[in-house]
Amino acid sequence: MSTENPIHTRIWREEPESDNPFAMRTAYCRGYDVYGEMLGQSRWVEMLTLLFRDAAPTKAEADLLEALAVVLANPGPRDAAIHAAMCGGVGGSTSASCLMAALAVGAGQYGGGREVLLAMEAWNACGTDLDLWRQRLAAAPPEEVSIWPAPEHPPGFDPHGMSTPTPVRQALACFAHLSPGTRLPWLEKHRADLESATSLPLSLSGVAAAALADLGFTPEQGEMLHLLLRLPGAAAHALEQRRHGYKKFPFFAVELEDDPAREGT
Amino acid sequence: MKGPDFLLEQVGRLKTRMGAFFVGSRAVFRGRDLHTELKDMDWAELYVFGITGRRFSPAQLRLMQSLWTYTSYPDARLWNNRVAALAGSARSTGNLGIAAALAVSEASIYGRGVDIRAIEFLIRTKKHVDDGGSLADQVEKELKAQRSIAGYGRPIAAKDERLVPIMALAEHLGLADGPHVRLAFAVKEVLIAGGWRQHLNYGGLAAALAADLGLTPQEYYLFMFPAFLAGMAPCYIEAEQRPEGSLFSLACSHIQYQGQPQRPWQPPR
Repeated sequence: MSTENPIHTRIWREEPESDNPFAMRTAYCRGYDVYGEMLGQSRWVEMLTLLFRDAAPTKAEADLLEALAVVLANPGPRDAAIHAAMCGGVGGSTSASCLMAALAVGAGQYGGGREVLLAMEAWNACGTDLDLWRQRLAAAPPEEVSIWPAPEHPPGFDPHGMSTPTPVRQALACFAHLSPGTRLPWLEKHRADLESATSLPLSLSGVAAAALADLGFTPEQGEMLHLLLRLPGAAAHALEQRRHGYKKFPFFAVELEDDPAREGT
Repeated sequence: MKGPDFLLEQVGRLKTRMGAFFVGSRAVFRGRDLHTELKDMDWAELYVFGITGRRFSPAQLRLMQSLWTYTSYPDARLWNNRVAALAGSARSTGNLGIAAALAVSEASIYGRGVDIRAIEFLIRTKKHVDDGGSLADQVEKELKAQRSIAGYGRPIAAKDERLVPIMALAEHLGLADGPHVRLAFAVKEVLIAGGWRQHLNYGGLAAALAADLGLTPQEYYLFMFPAFLAGMAPCYIEAEQRPEGSLFSLACSHIQYQGQPQRPWQPPR
């Protein structure tokens, strides 16, 4: 069997069945036998962590990631990513397209994966140094030419918020209690200082970013996990709207400001 | 107005200048009636009008469409096309495969990620030179900041086969001698003289031609969205016509594992 053009990985190894080089007999994730030993013994969040790094999570890390997964599972049907998934569901689009819609919209800098990445970069730069945070929050965002639109608010804070919403405070309190790291407890202690520096309340993306940073994930890994962990709600809401049909789904009024018919009259 | 007061203003309605359709009666596209005023536009012209709100000459539109045409390769080995082909092989739908392939085309080393950086660099550099700045200094500054210049060099080959046909067409249409195109070639000379071995590639030349057509970076980025599209459908079709699961077969031995040795699983503590 030629092994030209191999896939290089430190995540996964497979051994074939003796009668078929394309059929897997055993699979090892970071050296652990997935079907022979992990199956039935490991939690989903342990497997999830292991996919991203060599070391299995401690119990405290697994508990925190699981709590984060509960918080992120469903942002609710008002959230733009879930709204997008429902737009797929209501018209009878494929299930994959509903999730692709949720991913595309939930990828952004307003409450999405990109915001989490940028917030995690801020954690990497500022750590638990309040002065560094104040300097960063006061500074204009770096000008960068990119496929992403220019940032319009400090990542991790709600540009339309008035005060810290109850679930954000509840999630932060829970995560800070569970966290084996330093950022979440520090964020709980200094939330008001940061909010005062930005004149904006902390958002759930900001709490998620701190949790993912405390779990040792890189910003890119945090972005991926945020995208992934918000999909369950998108799936469920899309299927629900598919059942309900379009007649029960909002179709908004339009105010056309450049209407040739109006100009002609 | 900010916060919830601002959001309350937005509830329940779409305020737009871009267009709307009125069920059973008409559709408006950027202030024009689609079925009367715009009925003779071809699709590409409408697409460009939708992005820019401006009209372009037949020669300009011909060049713009050729920017898509000349980079439409039905080669399923290419990373973005491979997504469409794998979807066919895995018996997914054509729409899903091709939509994902287009999304993947927003890459950092090719496609949309390069497009927006290439045109922004050329527009910024032209302004710098027009203001009396040194081109060599600007190139050096860019290389220092980015380590490369978008639109120069190529991930898998040094020579770019698309340059000659694009320039031939641009010359035929009288659109090859704009200031951004001249600048793009001048940058190439600076890079070669400096020993950087980064030749102008398709992304750089296409961005220069688009800048000379007056497209902004965002307009160009959106214009280029379907650039690879025509090559993707054939990849899906052929893979879908082959026996299922047979495209780019990979045996277990194709995984070259470089990680932790086998170890016993222990529940975390």
